[in-house]
Order: sequence, then C-alpha cells, then structure tokens
Amino acid sequence: MEIKVLGPGCAKCNTLVKLTHDVVEQNGINATIIKVDDIMEIMKYGVMSTPALVVDEKVVLKGRIPTSEELKQLLTK
Amino acid sequence: MKSFKWLWPIILLGLWILTYINLQSVADWIVDGVIQLPKGQHLTEALRFFIFEVPKVLLLLVLIIFVVGIIRSFFTPERTRKALEGKSLFTGNVMASMLGIVTPFCSCSAIPLFLGFVESGIPLGVTFSFLIAAPMINEVAVILLFGMFGWKVAAIYVATGLVIAISAGWVIGKLKLEKHVESWVYEIKADHSSEEEEKIHLDDRIQAGYNAVREIVGKVWLYIVAGIAVGAAAHGYVPESFMANLMGKSTWYSVPLSVLIGVPLYSNAAGIIPIVSVLIEKGVPLGTALAFMMAVIGLSLPEMIILRKVLKMRLLLTFVGVVTIGIIFVGFLFNAIY
Repeated sequence: MEIKVLGPGCAKCNTLVKLTHDVVEQNGINATIIKVDDIMEIMKYGVMSTPALVVDEKVVLKGRIPTSEELKQLLTK
Repeated sequence: MKSFKWLWPIILLGLWILTYINLQSVADWIVDGVIQLPKGQHLTEALRFFIFEVPKVLLLLVLIIFVVGIIRSFFTPERTRKALEGKSLFTGNVMASMLGIVTPFCSCSAIPLFLGFVESGIPLGVTFSFLIAAPMINEVAVILLFGMFGWKVAAIYVATGLVIAISAGWVIGKLKLEKHVESWVYEIKADHSSEEEEKIHLDDRIQAGYNAVREIVGKVWLYIVAGIAVGAAAHGYVPESFMANLMGKSTWYSVPLSVLIGVPLYSNAAGIIPIVSVLIEKGVPLGTALAFMMAVIGLSLPEMIILRKVLKMRLLLTFVGVVTIGIIFVGFLFNAIY
C-alpha cells in the first residue's frame, strides 16, 4: 500500500510522518511512505488543513494528528 | 462502561466548580495560615495574588479550551468554506471573520486554506477577513485577557479584532486586487471527492475537547505562570494614579510605534501576555499594549513569507498595510475611551 503524508513542512506534519513510520514498522505493515510537501500536489487532494494522510490515493485524515491506535486502525482496515 | 464516557465531563465540571469557588479561601489559608506572612505588605499581597491567579487562570483555560475543542469539532475548514460560498462582499466579510474565530486554524495551514477558499470562488476580501480573524482572535489570548484584566478588556479585544478583520477584508475586496494573486493559484483544480464528512460521535467530540486541552494547555502554561508572576510583582505596588498619569501624558506616536515594532515579531498568544503585563506595569496605556499584542499575533514576518508564495508583493503589502492601519486605529480609539 502507498501512504502519503501531506504537509508543507510544519512541526505537526513532521510529527505525523514520524508517527506513520513508527506504526507501520511496529505492525509490520507493508507500505511505502511518501512525504508530500509540494503545495500544488497537496491541493490536488482538496485538503485545506494539514497534515493530511492519504492511503492509496484516498484522503483518510486531515488537519490533526491521530493517536497511534487510531492510525493503526486506519492503516490495517 | 464505554457508553458512560459522557458522564466524565459532568463529574469533572462539578469538581471544577468546587475548586474554582474555593480558590480565594485556599489562597488566603496558604498565605495567612501556612506561611503566616504579615497582612497588607507588598510581598504578602503579591504572593496572595500569584497563588490565587495561577490556578484561576489555568482552570479557566482548561474549561474554555475544552469547550472550544468540542465546538471546533463542528466547524471544519470544509464546512466553513461551504458556508462562505456565494456570499456577497459585506455579509461574507462578517461571516468569515466570525468563522475565523471558531474554525480550527494553524498558521502552517494558511496556504492550503487560502488556496482552498480561492479555488472554490470565495472572493479575495472575504478570504482575507478569515485569515485576519483566525490568528488574531485566539481563544488563549481572550481567556488570558479575561483572567488578568477582566471581561471588559477581553470583550473589547474580540469586538475590535472582528471590526479590523471585517473592515480590512472589505477594503481589500473593494480594491479589486485579484490579479495580484500569483497566477498559478487560479490554475489549481482540486479533487473534491474526498470531502465526505468523517462520522463523528459525541464521544469523539469529547475526546477532541480533551485533546485540545492537552495540546494547548501543555504548550502555554509556562508562559501564563510567567505572565502572572510579572502581574503579581506589580500588584499592590504600582499606585493607581501612576497608570492614569502616564496615560494622560502618553505621546501620540506610542500606538503607531508599538504596532510597527509588533508587526514583524511573532509569538503565540500565550507568549505575548507576559510582555503585555510588563508593558502595562511600566505604565503603557491599555490601548497601546493591546494594539501591540494584536500586531504581534495577527501579523508576523514568517506568515508574510509563507503568504508571499501565493500573493504578489503589492497585494501582500496592501494586506499588511490595511491591517496595520486598522490596529493603530483601534489602539487610538481604546486609549481615547479608557
């Protein structure tokens, strides 16, 4: 699966990138994680609050940092 | 068990009220009974003020941030945008400014938000009203002003902040500066298919309240303690007429000067409060101090650098200029009234 973290490089976006890496690693999820910081690219997803999480081209979360438990559910369902 | 989650806030609210109404007597008991300092001395009264004010302001902060956290779970940027679509200039400005207060906003989201608004056809002036109100009328700033200077100051801050956001946005709208937005902005075609609402239950909203408390109070409590410590040092020490004298003597250029100093500076709302209480302690008139505070949290160099990506220089400078003039005007008005 392909996970994209959308965010123009603010502190919260970096936190989400790190959290995603951790959750993927801890749960042995087979995924590539891409950090998207190009604003044009971000806007294509119609996201207005960052950070946002895109799984296989679908926006699953925006504007906040989930708990690792919630993130795990999002990535394993 | 899980279905009783909504009970917790009610229990906690009961404890909150019990604590809040007993704060003064506990503070008195600590100062007079435990430490046994002589009554009426400056140090005693300063300490009493500090022991009373710190938990008071922190309690207010926790309660209001919790409520704001819940309220904000109803206002997503997407909903706000929908509400603003197709509104006429003035109505749009008023609505955008008010929604700016309640919609969750972080300065790092300013660009996606700006682009999202413009892309769906919301007029530039209305977008700016939102962008001005969102950072400037900040819940932490309002609570702190309320806790330290009383509800009148807090109310005036909110009211004048709204007036600035509405009128500055309206002026920018009238100036017809659409062509001074970077041209690539208008080429964006966003995919709106991902905009179905997340299903949110009451439990999630309450959780959002807890999260807001943890995130915001965790970040700002130290600034608040520092701010109150400064206030305590001044408490009972600065004679009442001292402030009044200085206000009378204050030079006309103090407002524009402090605003011009404040504009490039950046601080979060909590960080600026200790400075504002120092200023007021030094006898700076309230209007000048509030104008400085608005300038610092409403406009900042980092924000301008971010916005430069989407705005051409002329529009950026117009935006800064109009807001600066608005803040200076409010500072003068406030000084004239008080």
